[in-house]
Parts: sequence; structure tokens; C-alpha cells
Amino acid sequence: MSDTLAPRRATARRRGRTRLEIAVLSAPAVIVFLAFVIFPVALAAYYGFYRWKGYGDPTDWVGLNNYRLILTDPAFHDVLWHNGLILVMSLAVQGPLAIGLALLLNRRIRGRSTIRVLVFVPYIISEVIVGTGWSLMLQSEGAVNGLLRGIGLGSLEADWISDPDLAIWTLMAVITWKYLGFAVILMLAGLQSIPDEIFEAAQIDGASYWQIQRRITLPLLGPTIRIWAFLSIIGSLQLFDLVYIIWGQYVSGTAGTSTMAIYMLAQGRNAGNYGYGSAVAVVLFVISLVVALIYQRFVLRRDLKGAVTEGTV
Amino acid sequence: MSATTISRKPTGRDGGPVTYFVALLLVGVCVAPVVYIVLGGFRTNAQITTDPAALPDPWVGVNYMAVLKSSVFWGEFANSLIVALASTAGIVALGLMVSFVIARYDFRFKGAMYSLFAAGLMFPMVIAITPLYLVIKDLGLVDNLLGVIVPQIAFGLPTTVIILVPFLRAIPNEIEEAAALDGMSRLGFFFRMVIPLSLPGVVTVGILAFVGSWNNYLLPLYVLNSQANFTLPLGVQVFSSQYSTDTAKVLAFTSLAMLPALVFFSVFEKRIVGGLTGAVKG
Repeated sequence: MSDTLAPRRATARRRGRTRLEIAVLSAPAVIVFLAFVIFPVALAAYYGFYRWKGYGDPTDWVGLNNYRLILTDPAFHDVLWHNGLILVMSLAVQGPLAIGLALLLNRRIRGRSTIRVLVFVPYIISEVIVGTGWSLMLQSEGAVNGLLRGIGLGSLEADWISDPDLAIWTLMAVITWKYLGFAVILMLAGLQSIPDEIFEAAQIDGASYWQIQRRITLPLLGPTIRIWAFLSIIGSLQLFDLVYIIWGQYVSGTAGTSTMAIYMLAQGRNAGNYGYGSAVAVVLFVISLVVALIYQRFVLRRDLKGAVTEGTV
Repeated sequence: MSATTISRKPTGRDGGPVTYFVALLLVGVCVAPVVYIVLGGFRTNAQITTDPAALPDPWVGVNYMAVLKSSVFWGEFANSLIVALASTAGIVALGLMVSFVIARYDFRFKGAMYSLFAAGLMFPMVIAITPLYLVIKDLGLVDNLLGVIVPQIAFGLPTTVIILVPFLRAIPNEIEEAAALDGMSRLGFFFRMVIPLSLPGVVTVGILAFVGSWNNYLLPLYVLNSQANFTLPLGVQVFSSQYSTDTAKVLAFTSLAMLPALVFFSVFEKRIVGGLTGAVKG
């Protein structure tokens, strides 16, 4: 009797100790994460139903009125259109460019690792610095126009920042400059994970360089391309820093570069309408979530199969 | 054909002049604006006005000296450093502990806990920022560096957990059993075996956290109000609007502000690139 009880008590004690370890080790992370990530997101959903200036408890319940106002506001339609354009253009410009450059840089050339570091530089510099630098260069009397004059293309001089016909393309150029390096590095990493034997076999079978790229490299690069596109889509929907630094809250409105996140800041915190700003955050979140879910469901399904089964411990 | 001339990587055939030309062009486009900012700091405003896109002639050091002598720059530099170091330490410590639990303990909510953090990838700061600011305000942390540090730790956890859990799970059970046989407790195992063995993953996570914090703009913009508490990104923005007529000085300030991130990047280049691509590929 006693010799069966003692080990059971020991097991119970050990189990208690294990539970304590689990609690002590995981509590700080879980608490901080719930308090500063999950709770604010839930709060946004709650505040979104109120007209509220941010003082005291929200009492002025307006139901779905904030959402009705957002969805019927022509200014919101504009920013939604800008985000959509940025999303499509980012994919269409950076994707093919990055794949082409990665194929090229994957060849044996001298100084390849140096090239790789330098290509990555724009990505590592903060948006603020990129924005400040470019806004100086893009001014009417800035370096870009100066350079155009210098090489005899003075007729192309333009007001890159405030001309509403140009501004969104200027933004696209800066975005491409900032994030292309990241895409190239990702694609290069993807290319290098393709086993050499496959190419050797194709070469022995008499496939040409372009046949190999089209029939072997591109399909095998698929998972990398799809993950990159996912990151690019989410980034495009949430674009804020660059636009806010170069154009600011007001010029971005007149130049036609403002995004949903700028709209959220301008109509929410800066206007003192915390209820309305929270509702914009919810709309932004729902749009991102729906896009992400659709993308995962139809595009990433195959790629995630492994990751999900590995992921669910 | 002798064995040595068979290329190990047939796609990686030697680049011709076109390859070099395109590579050079790409590098030029990527680096030119950065070089412009750095060199612009060595020019005078008169030089910049006469020809905005030219080399310094003569080179002047006054702009850089002025910035390097200003207490504003060093104050903001110190704030950025404090915030980045504290956030990195927090992210690594909390992330390592919770990843260890998820990777090496068996309990009912393990899967749920992992999914919770993985779902966090879907909540970037932009979405949560308005209510997050209100939470920070209620805690009395507005205009306080802690108001930036703690949320940065929270938002850094998802990537950290996703990078570290596979690392910690890869530590063979035999090592843990051997440690247990030698009388080492689970926590002793954590401190004496897990931390050293997962160092590469920890370094990657730490670097990503540091650079992310150093470059963060949105959260300091909401939380920090007084110049004494500004971090460098806020400082650059304020400086450039305060001295909007003194372009040369703005350029000097901007290049000194990006220097630490660039130095950090060139030292840890392999790990940053590897960490990012690794994190992305899951």
C-alpha cells in the first residue's frame, strides 16, 4: 500500500513542479502579448461603435454609424483606391524585376556577396531616413531635377511630390527602391535552396538555359514567390511611414498618395475622434484579414501544408 | 572536359558583360541616394542651391561637426539605444522562455499558445496603434520610453516564437535525458544547455529586434511628445522640418542617424539576411 502511494505522491509533486515551471516561463510573454497586442485590437472593435473623443468612458453609442460614414466617405474611397493601386503595382513591378535580377545575380560573378550587401542597404535603412532623403532629392530644386538638367533632360523636370498626376508614381518609385532589394535577396535564397542535381539532370537531357529557367527554376521558386507576394500585399495595405514622411497628412491628400493608415491617423487621433479612428482600424484589419485568408486559402494552401502540420506542435 | 571545369552549379554560369552591367546599375541605383545623403552633409547650402546633384567642392565638415556637437543628437541617440537594447533584451528573454515551454513541455494549451503567437503576425502595429496609445495613456506611460519599449516587446514576440520554437525543438532529447541523469533540473537544463545551444537563433532574433526598434517610427510618434524623449527617427523628422532651409545640416543629421543601422548591418549582414529569409520561409 505505502509503496504504491509514495511514488504517486512523488509523481504528483513532479507534475505540480512542471506546472509551476510552465506558468513561470510562459506567463510574462503571454501577459505582455495579451495586454499590448490582443487587448488593443479588441478595444478597437469596441470603441468603433462609439462617438468618442478619448476622454472618460465611451458613452455615445452610435452602432454601425462610424462604419457607415467610413464606407460612404469619398476620401476613404480614394485612399482605398491608392492602397489597391500600390498593391497591384508592387506585385507587377517588383516581382518580375526581382526574379530577373536574382537569376542574373545567381550567376558566378566577381564580388557577388558585396553586391548582395549593397542591394540590401535600402531595406535596412529606416523609412524615416529614406523618406527624408527622398523628399529633399525630389523637391522642385532638388537633386533629381538637378541631375536631369545636368544630363540634358531638363524638359523632364517635374514637381515630383505635389503634382497629383505624378505623385503616386513617385511613391511607387520610392517603394520599389526601398523594397526591391528585400525581394531580390529572398528570391536568391529561394534559388539557392533548389538542389543542383535537378539542373545537372536537365542539362544532361539537353535543356537550354532558358528552358531550364522557365520549366524548372520558376516552378521550384514558386513557394518563395508566393510568400514574398503575401508579405508585399500585407505591406502595401498597411503602408504608412514613407507616405507620412514625404507627403505628410495634408499634402498626401491633395497629391493623391494618402493610404488607409494615413486616413486613420488624420481622421482618428489627429482629429480627436478616437471612436472613428478605431473603426477605421477595424476596417483596415478586416480588409487585411480577408485578403490574407483568401490568399492563404487559394494561393498559399500547398506551401502552408507542411508548415501548418509542423506548426501545430 | 576535365572534372574541374564541370560547373557545380549549372544555372550559376559565368556572368558576361551584360550581367556585370546590370549588377552595377542595380547597385548604383540602390546606393546612390544613400551616397547623396552622406556627401550632401559635406557641402554648403550655397553649393546645394547652385547644383543640387554635385560632389562637395570644397568639402566642409561644419555640418557634421555641428550635429556631432549638439546635445539634441546625442540625447536622441541615447534614447534610441536605450529603447533598442531594452526591447531586444525583453524580446529575447520573454521569447526564449515561452518558446522553451512550447517546444519542450507537454501540456493541454500548448497548441493554442503557439497559435496565439502565430496569429500575432496578423496584427501589425498600424492596426492596433490607436487603442494601443489609449492603453499606454491609461498606464501613464505617455512620453515615457517604457511606453515604447513594452509594446515593442509584445509586437516582437510572434516572430521570435516562430523562429525559436523549431530551434529549441531540434535539441535532441538525449541531451536532456543525460542532463536529467546527471541530476540537472529542467530549469538548470534551460540555463546551462538550452541557451548556449540555441545561440544562433537567439542572435538572429536579437538582431531583428534591434534593427526593428532602431527604425521604428509609428509608435514613438504616438507615444513620445517632448524632444528630450525623442528617438532618432522622430528626431530626424523634427530636425528636417525645423531646419528645412538648412538642407546641408539636415543631410548631415540624417546620415549620422542611419550610420549605426548601417554599421550594425554590415557586421551582422549574414545573420540578418539569413534570419529574414529563414523567418519568411518558416
